[in-house]
Amino acid sequence: MKLQIASRLAIFAVLELTEHADRQMTVADIAAKYGVSTHHLAKVMHVLGRAGLVRSARGAGGGYQFCGNARRTTLLDVIEFFEPLGPGDGDGGEPGNGTSEAGALDVVLGEINDAVRATFGSITIETMRRLVERERRAPPAA
Amino acid sequence: MKRSSTRLRTQSRTARRPSQPAEARAANPHAAAQASAFIVRKAKRGDVAAVTALDERITGLAKSEHWLELYDRQKKAGQPAGIFLVAIGAEAPDQLLGFIVGEIRAWEFGSAPCGWVYALSVDPQSRQLGVGEALLEAMAGEFRDAGVAKMRTMVTRDNLLPMLFFRGEGMMAGPYVQLEKDLH
Ligand SMILES: CC(C)(COP(=O)(O)OP(=O)(O)OC[C@H]1O[C@@H](n2cnc3c(N)ncnc32)[C@H](O)[C@@H]1OP(=O)(O)O)[C@@H](O)C(=O)NCCC(=O)NCCS
Repeated sequence: MKLQIASRLAIFAVLELTEHADRQMTVADIAAKYGVSTHHLAKVMHVLGRAGLVRSARGAGGGYQFCGNARRTTLLDVIEFFEPLGPGDGDGGEPGNGTSEAGALDVVLGEINDAVRATFGSITIETMRRLVERERRAPPAA
Repeated sequence: MKRSSTRLRTQSRTARRPSQPAEARAANPHAAAQASAFIVRKAKRGDVAAVTALDERITGLAKSEHWLELYDRQKKAGQPAGIFLVAIGAEAPDQLLGFIVGEIRAWEFGSAPCGWVYALSVDPQSRQLGVGEALLEAMAGEFRDAGVAKMRTMVTRDNLLPMLFFRGEGMMAGPYVQLEKDLH
């Protein structure tokens, strides 16, 4: 499965901000680490800011701070603004809609979608941090 | 598999961990009034009534025969096959804060012996104090003592709380997918 680039950036940014909670990280710091344009990341941060997950600091070198609860904020909370998760787009515009074949396909896609939502919805930023630590300790792939 | 001693390290824990987020405390005012510490120990037959009552409060279903039968069956099989643990208030030993039931099953679905957690409940007034974690850790310790290297459980996808809990405790999706079919 692949995520939208904005979703990946949102997750990376929140992980960076929670790891370096003692100082404010700038968009440039984070963009440099993940090799993305500051412009793209700034747009993502703006959305996260509007959602109340991050706060931008005014003043010289103004960076960002995470302002949610890392133990209660899930990956779903972070990506739902960027990711089309959910049962179709509801506009009935998918080819074949209304046929039994499309109905059967919806059953299969629904099963996959439920698993995706449950996974993103049950992994908190804190749990994710522990997974990051585990990756750091893991021997590099040969 | 190494034979386990039936000894259970009775664990005494302080209820509030330093990592406890402030809002969890605020959201659970009753909890603060609860015993400041709790103990995890092996269940006794006399605990089953309180287990039944707690389960009924949470699920809305009274299953007294089920819990008694389960307890007696486990007792007969002996540890490490079946493990039934309770958490009680350190200063109020008749106060049940939570319980956990597990079992070691071998070669089910071709899997090497593994420890299954198939019931875990914490009194709503004692949640977010580390009781669930202490019960799960004690269960993991029992499994480990019995020489088992894997712990498993099953959760419903549409009830996120248990999944948040188990994932927070480091559990991840395993290699099995549960399938089912209506038979009528
Ligand atoms: C799931 C359950 C056992 C957790 O018990 P608990 O004593 O409240 O759990 P703990 O205090 O030990 O919490 C451990 C971790 O679980 C996670 N967690 C617990 N409650 C949570 C909640 N409401 N939201 C998000 N994460 C939560 C957190 O990671 C927590 O660690 P933290 O407090 O340091 O953030 C309890 O909520 C319960 O009995 N639920 C209903 C019954 C049930 O569904 N049982 C499981 C199916 S068999």
